[in-house]
Amino acid sequence: MFRGLRYTIRESFVSLFRSKVMTVASVFSITAMLLILGLFFLLTVNVNMATEGVKNQFDTIEVFLLDETTEEDAAIISKSLTSMDQVADVQFISKDQAMAEFRQRFGSNAYLLDGLTTNPLPNSLRVKLSDIQDGELVAEICRNFSGIEDVRYYQSEISKILDVTDVLQKGALIIIAFLIIVSVVVVSNTIKLTVMSREAEIRIMKNVGATNWFIRGPLLLQGILIGCISALIALGVTFFVYREFVATYGSQVAALMTMEMVSPEFMLINLAWIFAALGASIGAFGSIISMRKFLKA
Amino acid sequence: MYGNHVGLKDVTLSIDKGEFVFIVGPSGSGKSTFIKLISRELKADEGHIYVGDKDVVRMSNREIPDLRRSIGMVFQNFRLLPNKTVYENVAFAMEVVRSPRRTIKRQVPQILSVMGISDKAKNFPHELSMGEQQRVAIARAVINGPQVLIADEPTGNLDPETAWEIMKLLDLINRRGTTVVMVTHAIDIVNRMNKRAVTIEAGRITGDSKGGLA
Ligand SMILES: Nc1ncnc2c1ncn2[C@@H]1O[C@H](COP(=O)(O)OP(=O)(O)OP(=O)(O)O)[C@@H](O)[C@H]1O
Ligand SMILES: [Mg+2]
Repeated sequence: MFRGLRYTIRESFVSLFRSKVMTVASVFSITAMLLILGLFFLLTVNVNMATEGVKNQFDTIEVFLLDETTEEDAAIISKSLTSMDQVADVQFISKDQAMAEFRQRFGSNAYLLDGLTTNPLPNSLRVKLSDIQDGELVAEICRNFSGIEDVRYYQSEISKILDVTDVLQKGALIIIAFLIIVSVVVVSNTIKLTVMSREAEIRIMKNVGATNWFIRGPLLLQGILIGCISALIALGVTFFVYREFVATYGSQVAALMTMEMVSPEFMLINLAWIFAALGASIGAFGSIISMRKFLKA
Repeated sequence: MYGNHVGLKDVTLSIDKGEFVFIVGPSGSGKSTFIKLISRELKADEGHIYVGDKDVVRMSNREIPDLRRSIGMVFQNFRLLPNKTVYENVAFAMEVVRSPRRTIKRQVPQILSVMGISDKAKNFPHELSMGEQQRVAIARAVINGPQVLIADEPTGNLDPETAWEIMKLLDLINRRGTTVVMVTHAIDIVNRMNKRAVTIEAGRITGDSKGGLA
């Protein structure tokens, strides 16, 4: 077993170096695929995080109550809302509380409110949603209670954001799937070239009674090595470029998206796994495909 | 069967352990086909072929490596690996069957010495004469101790003198107990060796005589 392993490892490295041009070519193409993939990954992760942030800000429906609605009536509405699965929490905000928050938001300009003799703000219920998707439904239910002055929910803004992220995610998925297929084809062609350049050798191996796995082993490992080398290069490039980007534009993006960008270190760990797994399996899969026909007889 | 073309038909032949047999016949008569059937490079459409007690025709693909380990193969064009030295070419056959490194280090120099090419161990095939290359190929074919040595026109590229040197080696291998089956066009070699000769013509056996060709 170990003898076979030693042979396999040695042969795969030898053939990696012997076919330098082909190795470089396929490392180059897989690296390119992984880089594009990495770009999409960084984009989607950041957009997802930003969306989560936006969702958290918009997961609240404000239900303003008429002045004649008593606290008891409000408690009944609150109770029936709380009993719904779609609602996480309902909070009663009294006029006075609302004013206090209002003052706080005005900060140093709060003295402007001192002139008010009566509190113009209504009592309200703050309804927290379990899932932002149900927002419109819950808002509609709120509107149907009696004793309600107004229901405020930023439905259209939220659904627009959700639509955009949805398209982005689906688009990224399609492009990534396409890139994976392209990479597999590229690797399989490289290994096929190796197989062809070693046809005489493989024929002799068969003549002296090599098992198919003995012949496959080094080629399989060669494919995996190509994938891993590519993964390493792509990881390094992606990490340093992303770190530079965050360092340079991070604060601007954060201001725009109301969310910090995902940290380069977090990305490094996740991309390392993704690239390694993807690179290695693209390499392995590519070499298996290229050998399938060749090792039939 | 190559498409509609029948390569060999109604061939019944028995070769005993330890025999030395020539296969002769005109070009295209099916001699190489016969050899490919034995080593399962081709699968016979009908019939039985036994190597030892194993039926090659009904053998599963997984059994083929074992079959080939029991057969040593030598070809007209040597089929050496150009980027490996003589030593490495022979050692390669042992690595393929996963022999321990110690065994390889001991046995390869031994067989090179039997073949008379010890001093060429570090040379590459292109640095060798044709006769020397064929010696390397024979060394590789017998290094794993096969039951049968099959040679398809092993002297086809060699001048008569070198060819005769090779024949002496094959005879030596045969006398050490290995069955030898050799395809050849060289009638003079067949008669000089004075061994059994089977004639194939147009895919059928048309002659089988002891002591060379009648
Ligand atoms: N791969 C193939 N496809 C189709 N026909 C083939 C194939 N290989 C051999 N043949 C045919 O089968 C017949 C026997 O061929 P084979 O190679 O066995 O002849 P041979 O006796 O070895 O000839 P030679 O002495 O020239 O080597 C020939 O008619 C040949 O054309
Ligand atoms: Mg032939």
